[in-house]
Amino acid sequence: MKKPRSNFGMQGLRSEKEKYSIFSLARNAFTNHENWAQAWKSPEPKTEYDVIIIGGGGHGLATAYYLASQHGMKNVAVIDKGWLGGGNTGRNTTIIRSNYMWDESAGIYEHSLKLWENLSQELNFNTMFSQRGVLTLAHSEHELKEMNRRVEAIRLNGIDSDVLNPAQIKKLVPIININPNLRYPVMGGFIQRRGGTARHDAVAWGYARAADSLGVDIIQNCEVTGFNIKNGKVTGVQTANGTIKAGKVGCVVAGHAGVLAGLAGFRLPIDSRPLQALVSEPIKPILDTVIMSNSVHMYVSQSDKGEMVFGAGADSYNSYAQKGSLNIIEGMLAAAVELFPVFSRLRMLRSWGGIVDTCPDASPIISKTPIDNLYFNCGWGTGGFKATPGSGHVFADLIARNEPNSITAPFTLNRFVDGYLIDEHGAAGVAH
Amino acid sequence: MLYIKCPWCGYRDDAEFHYGGEAHIKRPFDADSLSDEEFSEYLFQKSNTKGLTLERWVHTSGCRRWFNVLRNTVTNEIIEVYPSDQLPSSKAGKEYYKSNWRRKSAAERLTTRQIEK
Ligand SMILES: Cc1cc2nc3c(=O)[nH]c(=O)nc-3n(C[C@H](O)[C@H](O)[C@H](O)COP(=O)(O)OP(=O)(O)OC[C@H]3O[C@@H](n4cnc5c(N)ncnc54)[C@H](O)[C@@H]3O)c2cc1C
Ligand SMILES: [Zn+2]
Repeated sequence: MKKPRSNFGMQGLRSEKEKYSIFSLARNAFTNHENWAQAWKSPEPKTEYDVIIIGGGGHGLATAYYLASQHGMKNVAVIDKGWLGGGNTGRNTTIIRSNYMWDESAGIYEHSLKLWENLSQELNFNTMFSQRGVLTLAHSEHELKEMNRRVEAIRLNGIDSDVLNPAQIKKLVPIININPNLRYPVMGGFIQRRGGTARHDAVAWGYARAADSLGVDIIQNCEVTGFNIKNGKVTGVQTANGTIKAGKVGCVVAGHAGVLAGLAGFRLPIDSRPLQALVSEPIKPILDTVIMSNSVHMYVSQSDKGEMVFGAGADSYNSYAQKGSLNIIEGMLAAAVELFPVFSRLRMLRSWGGIVDTCPDASPIISKTPIDNLYFNCGWGTGGFKATPGSGHVFADLIARNEPNSITAPFTLNRFVDGYLIDEHGAAGVAH
Repeated sequence: MLYIKCPWCGYRDDAEFHYGGEAHIKRPFDADSLSDEEFSEYLFQKSNTKGLTLERWVHTSGCRRWFNVLRNTVTNEIIEVYPSDQLPSSKAGKEYYKSNWRRKSAAERLTTRQIEK
């Protein structure tokens, strides 16, 4: 597999003029910022592409970008039924980490974290990636022991991970309540200091702009409604705007993976469920670490705008309605207020839901399918934002070479037949 | 938020219930005679339909009884509630049951054959 090539300053952009820099900012200030070039075009679809990517979320856009930048495949289109980044990419709480337990997961998530570390440079787009550290709390003796074991496993894969005691946690996060009389007291935690957050929209927009400048067509508001399949091989997609021929098709539609698989005539081991998040009114900086707790299911970080961003749990039932049940939010907020009593005065501004694609083993599927030249990338469930660069990078490699590499091989669809599952249920931090 | 009508307790908030997943999945009696692919279909593959679905619920914080529901996963509308040992009786429910891929799956064909014997 090719290593990601550093592309400082985006040589791919069509002209030097389009490069974002302090100079372009100054230049555009003279014209009241009215002459910025469009970040990406919205072309009419061609009749035929070498590769069509279905789904213009972060994963799909990243896939197209790496197809063009790493594999020289430029006759590529990304097709989305809505607007770019309007799925889970634009709805998630943006937590990034790679402290998963199994070797296979470490492989993909750490690959991704390494790409994050240089992504703003590579895309010439500020993704606001902030390695502020992700701290996962333990609330029982058992959880703490399990955490210690996990930390060793994670370190063996060369991934940074440290156990903290309650006093160290208090020092790092002054607003946390470490009173031992809590119903679920803070007994310790583990931190990945290289983990953090990024700006979700910027990730979609940065990949879109970079892919566009390498010749990729980004087509929005165009739903894929079927596949053309001939002798077991995909030859194109049917869309709301007519049929488009394709040499290869990569499908990256998150919660809709099962629907698209159904259109292609096979099934997936995936359930689509609502996952919710909410943000508070903006306040002054008060929390500079991501805090998560698996057992009380609460996680929180503070955005650069000052809002507290809360993530709740997934509902237990299948749904495509992009909204969840209120009791899930109530449970999460109760835990948040117990751990951070100052939050009791916060007012919440917005809550929303996204439909996540959960797999029985809580690991993704990056795989060939029963149809030749049709590839699926799905099953990221509640935690795929962190994987956006890595997932796009290895999925592009799978599509270009029609062969899994050492990172993607374990994530084959066939593991649900041969039983080689990658059980990440609760194995590392919370599910996100 | 779902508002589910338990056949015994009436309308209750979904927080009182637990979801039991897809209804009418028959466990194959003689699983050894299925291939790995066929067994995987039974064990792992989901219908996960966008639209009508038949599913199981249990009223955990109430009467603790199981029952089945016909629901639309796009609108969350609950169309029919029926006992867990029966098939749906509404037209939409019957049609969905009949057309579901499981009726043709190897696991179900095997089990149905054995029950008939
Ligand atoms: C509330 C919430 C919080 C989350 N928090 C985190 C977190 O903190 N950290 C983390 O790592 N992950 C998190 N996730 C998960 C993460 O958001 C997803 O795993 C990830 O963003 C998936 O990216 P994607 O590009 O595959 O999917 P999406 O961004 O959902 O993109 C899929 C696209 O496919 C399009 N599509 C669907 N059907 C069709 C069709 N028929 N034709 C054309 N286009 C179609 C959709 O319009 C959509 O734009 C969270 C998710 C949610 C909902
Ligand atoms: Zn009841």
